[in-house]
Amino acid sequence: MKWGLLLLSLSSFVFAADAQFSGKRDINVSAIVMFLIFVLATLGITYWAAKRTKTAKDFYTAGGGITGFQNGLAIAGDYMSAASFLGISGLVYLKGFDGLIYSIGFLVGWPIILFLVAEQLRNLGKYTFSDVASYRLRQTPIRTLAALGSLATVALYLIAQMVGAGQLIQILFGLDYEYAVVMVGILMILYVTFGGMLATTWVQIIKAVLLLSGASFMAIMIMYQVGFSFETLFSQAVAAKKSAAIMAPGGLVSDPISAISLGMALMFGTAGLPHILMRFFTVSDAKEARKSVFFATGFIGYFYILTFIIGFGAIVLLTNNPDYLDPIKGGIIGGGNMSAIHTAHAIGGNLFLGFISAVAFATILAVVSGLTLAGASAVSHDLYANVFARGRVDEMMEMKVSKYSTIALGIVAIFLGIAFEKQNIAFMVGLAFAIAASANFPILFLSMFWKKLTTKGAVWGGSLGLLTAVVLVVLSKAVWVDVLGNKTAIYAYGNPAIFSMAVAFIGIWLFSLMDQSEDAKKEIEAYEHQFIRSQTGIGAEGASAH
Amino acid sequence: MSQHVYDRVKANPKFAELVQKRSRFAWQLSIVMLVVYYAFILVIAFSPATFAQKIGEGVTTVGIPVGLAVIVIAFVLTGIYTQRANGEFDDMTHQIKEEVRSVE
Repeated sequence: MKWGLLLLSLSSFVFAADAQFSGKRDINVSAIVMFLIFVLATLGITYWAAKRTKTAKDFYTAGGGITGFQNGLAIAGDYMSAASFLGISGLVYLKGFDGLIYSIGFLVGWPIILFLVAEQLRNLGKYTFSDVASYRLRQTPIRTLAALGSLATVALYLIAQMVGAGQLIQILFGLDYEYAVVMVGILMILYVTFGGMLATTWVQIIKAVLLLSGASFMAIMIMYQVGFSFETLFSQAVAAKKSAAIMAPGGLVSDPISAISLGMALMFGTAGLPHILMRFFTVSDAKEARKSVFFATGFIGYFYILTFIIGFGAIVLLTNNPDYLDPIKGGIIGGGNMSAIHTAHAIGGNLFLGFISAVAFATILAVVSGLTLAGASAVSHDLYANVFARGRVDEMMEMKVSKYSTIALGIVAIFLGIAFEKQNIAFMVGLAFAIAASANFPILFLSMFWKKLTTKGAVWGGSLGLLTAVVLVVLSKAVWVDVLGNKTAIYAYGNPAIFSMAVAFIGIWLFSLMDQSEDAKKEIEAYEHQFIRSQTGIGAEGASAH
Repeated sequence: MSQHVYDRVKANPKFAELVQKRSRFAWQLSIVMLVVYYAFILVIAFSPATFAQKIGEGVTTVGIPVGLAVIVIAFVLTGIYTQRANGEFDDMTHQIKEEVRSVE
């Protein structure tokens, strides 16, 4: 496809080139128009934000002037990716109750973040969570490890988002995969490079509002059709599926070890995701940090209830409707992940389908922007300013480096997105959560709560946790069998967290206690100072006046 | 911030009280969340039939309201913590800061 033909093909809604759907090709005009409005609006915001982004503090944390409510929406936006909107409603569509198990796992990390991490993080940190981890430990090794943990998490997440974006846009807009990935990459570079955290936050907020409104409308329309009775919704779904299996736990969570391990990865991984942790520095103080989590948990919980309703609505509306079924492959056109999109069409026709498609695209853009900013900060603030230049760097230079890092990361993301097009990437988000739970989280958590933590302990334990997580994922079914093509998996469980987190915590504990050096003594002494600041906020970075 | 300020905060009995009250509260709520969530997961892993039981005459099973309740509980717990921390605990913190400053 040539660029000149782009507009033409954009206007034809080629649903996986399926003849069944070709009769509905005009609808995409509305999707494109709405998407273009979103792009123009967000570019306008970027222009506005760029004028207000002068210092490094502006760039990394939007000047620390975001309110708790705004940040709560932005956090929810970071978390409600297209993968979770389409993926979880798709999972509910296919498996019913089991989809709920996943969304609950993704949610329950938030209260833990609030109770144990959020305010300490806000009181101790400046731009990245490495600021907190390295507060009283040696800068070079801790920041290097924390930056590697961040970059690994960000890269895996980015690949998953980019591939998802390419495939989704290909189906929704009929645009070639490569063009879709390049377009996402360029827009995200523009937002982050020019608008920094301020633009990224507002893109995230707008998208969160659009996504919540769209999903609310769908859920209300579904509930309206069943007279606002869950029993009617469920009984129609059971009738459509001709099976009541969707109402009970199925095979998704089978053995106890896998179940607990998955729960640990989801719960503590959330508390180790660098793009999420970074959001806590955008608010002025601990009070606003707490409010952020309160609102975020509310929005995310509400969103998961909506996806649950949408998934069941999809069962009722799509299962026996020939308009949405794939006559050759069976099941619905485009697979389970498309169920929310088809449901949008079944409910609100072409116009609403266009709206939901545009929202899904906006969601991807917003999430990759947040990820890229977190990755660029790990490079410029941790690796460049504090490791390479040992803290002796002027702000302008650091900002320049972060902008170049953004561009570099964007280009890398485009290439990785294209390289992984045909790969099985199902393991990537799981691996990202496992690394976050087994390397980032233990170091961050113990640096705040355990006095006797030393640099040596954090580096050895954190590295061992990281290594264990990666090795176990490679040996598990998702990579060893599904990607590498071996017959049986060496690691029998679905998720490594139960072991890799244990390795990290035991490793950090053991190596810290073994460390009898003078440096270690100083690090232990410095805990008290850190503790007072973490508890009271005395000496913490405040908001700058604009 | 100077070392004096930190020493005075440390010496203030309200600081010890704040830390003790807040950490106990935070850990209690964390344990509630962990118990609720892992109870849910372990029932699914060991006794899925429990959640598959029907409520009344229809098709709705026990698992559905329980699952939705876990979501609501998570949100309510964050509300409880935020309410107390932004009120009582922040007031105590504010007092400590005032007292430390007034000595100067």
